[in-house]
Amino acid sequence: MFSTIRKTVLTLALLASVCVAGQASAETLINGAGATFPYPLYSKWFSEYAKIDTSVKFNYQSIGSGGGIKQITAGTVDFGASDKFLSDAELKAAPGKLLHIPTVMGAVVVTYNLPGVHKGLKLRSSDVADIFLGKITKWNDKRIADDNPGVKLPNESIIVVHRSDGSGTTSIFTDYLSSVNQEWHGKVGKGASVNWPIGLGGKGNEGVAGQIKNTKNSIGYVELAYAFENKLPYATLMNKNGKFVEPSIKTTSAAAAGAVKHMPADYRVSLVNQPGDDAYPIVGFTWLVVYEHQKDAVKGKKLVEFLNWELHKGQKMAAGMLYAPLPAPVVKMVEKTIKTIKH
Amino acid sequence: MQNSAQGIKGDAIFRGFTLLLACSIIVILLLMTAEMVKESLPAISRFGWRFISGSTWDAVQEEFASLPYLYGSIVSSILAILLATPLSIGTALFITELAPRKVGAATAALVELLAAIPSVIYGLWGILVMTPWLQSTIQPFLIEHFGFLPFFRGAPYGVSMLAAVFILMIMIVPIITSITKEVLMAVPSSQKEAAIALGATRWEMIRMAVLPYGRSGILGAVILGLGRAIGETMAVTMVIGNTPKISLSLLSPAYTMPSVIANEFAETTTKMHASALMEIGLILLFVTLVINFLARMLLWSVTRKWKGGVA
Repeated sequence: MFSTIRKTVLTLALLASVCVAGQASAETLINGAGATFPYPLYSKWFSEYAKIDTSVKFNYQSIGSGGGIKQITAGTVDFGASDKFLSDAELKAAPGKLLHIPTVMGAVVVTYNLPGVHKGLKLRSSDVADIFLGKITKWNDKRIADDNPGVKLPNESIIVVHRSDGSGTTSIFTDYLSSVNQEWHGKVGKGASVNWPIGLGGKGNEGVAGQIKNTKNSIGYVELAYAFENKLPYATLMNKNGKFVEPSIKTTSAAAAGAVKHMPADYRVSLVNQPGDDAYPIVGFTWLVVYEHQKDAVKGKKLVEFLNWELHKGQKMAAGMLYAPLPAPVVKMVEKTIKTIKH
Repeated sequence: MQNSAQGIKGDAIFRGFTLLLACSIIVILLLMTAEMVKESLPAISRFGWRFISGSTWDAVQEEFASLPYLYGSIVSSILAILLATPLSIGTALFITELAPRKVGAATAALVELLAAIPSVIYGLWGILVMTPWLQSTIQPFLIEHFGFLPFFRGAPYGVSMLAAVFILMIMIVPIITSITKEVLMAVPSSQKEAAIALGATRWEMIRMAVLPYGRSGILGAVILGLGRAIGETMAVTMVIGNTPKISLSLLSPAYTMPSVIANEFAETTTKMHASALMEIGLILLFVTLVINFLARMLLWSVTRKWKGGVA
């Protein structure tokens, strides 16, 4: 008797759970993976978007750009995210045509610890490269002193700090050094991890910032957002037009505006050292990477809807979180690109 | 009768089951090794022995060699074990032989608490507290007074081989201490009482009756500590300075094998880069196996000698 009741109850419970699961699966789940740099903004986007469209849920794993590229190529996620664009070889390795959708821009600032110089150190791009090459070794080197009249620079060795972990920040920074200095271009090159001629390696933005904070006369680079949130001192850099420019959201967007004229249709472009009086020189796009032909019609439709939302409503949330929004001409271009996605 | 027949059958099933479990461990190790060899083949065939003897690591030019990482791993682990062993044995002796029961129990609990702290916490403490302290106090002192030695030359950066050695030492002391404590507690009191009855002082009793009895166990504890030191990743990465250069000076930044894997694997740009990191993993596995093998040989010879001594 009792066992019959128990069985009935169990069956009912099972049925109920199946029903619940059935309801849950009506929600479309879109998986993505990749860059860590835009992760705070993306998770804000996804949670805001979930309020607008309750039938779709985004799941994003911030495993790094390299991982994002691998996963979208293997087809294990619905979109990838990366701070560096895919090479021709990487694009060829994918089973279908991949599109780059720029979302926002990030900048890298040169931060330092110089007793007595709490802000506004001015550096020429070629001098930054020479410091990281180990060719300018003292703070009171004439090349630095000439650009900083009235600033008391110590007769001390410059201690260079760089990222030890492979990162998009290093990618953008070494891209910048390669574009402003031939010797850097030939000897070191650009990449997520490079063979640094000199310096100490700190893990992550916090590792580099911590090392600089503890070490007098040191210099290094961190993400703009990280430097602003932690109120780190940063250098004003000379851009391509010969103007000293402070890093900010505005000067970061200005770099992309400077690149609009020669923006390739697939957005695979470096934004470092762009022309324009206000353009900050160490800037990079971050992209979402999606297939042009979406295999799953429902997912594809939802993804396109989200991309359009992100491109307009989403952009407005960027500056508040210290990401530079896309300038209007680029938004226009991306609109057209999103239309080419077939689902 | 029926019960015992079932029991025998149960025994057989149990035996088979445990055999399966034991084999699965070996299979996992073999599969892992096979996979690592497969993945590192491109690097092995391209660089050959140069991978171990050279010291250039350049992901852009795709030129990889691992000697600085090998050096950093081995030197940091061995120095850490040299510092941690006396500290741990002393602590264990204090807990088991010298301290009043309550003090001993409290000390033991605190030491075990240390073992439960995640390594990233050690790393953060290292970078926020220990390295600034090393940089402002210890390293200038070493440079001033021992700067004539090649081991203490250079500028005080804080992050350094020395910082890695210290943090590893702190991390492995709890392991060695707790195991040594258990080993010492297993020494029969008849043996200790006999030594005291013969007129031994407390130190003589420890030296003649306690330590020799626990020798093989203590050695085992040290080996476990060494194993943890050589594989430790996060804490070391945060304080060692991550610079792949070989330097005699303990004040210079260095790099270890687990650190470079943790730092670069997530963002490998080329297949060769990933393959080179895989090969470093393979070398790390090999080094660990060699250390374990040597330690077992040592353990074996020590226990045999001790048994011979008794007879």
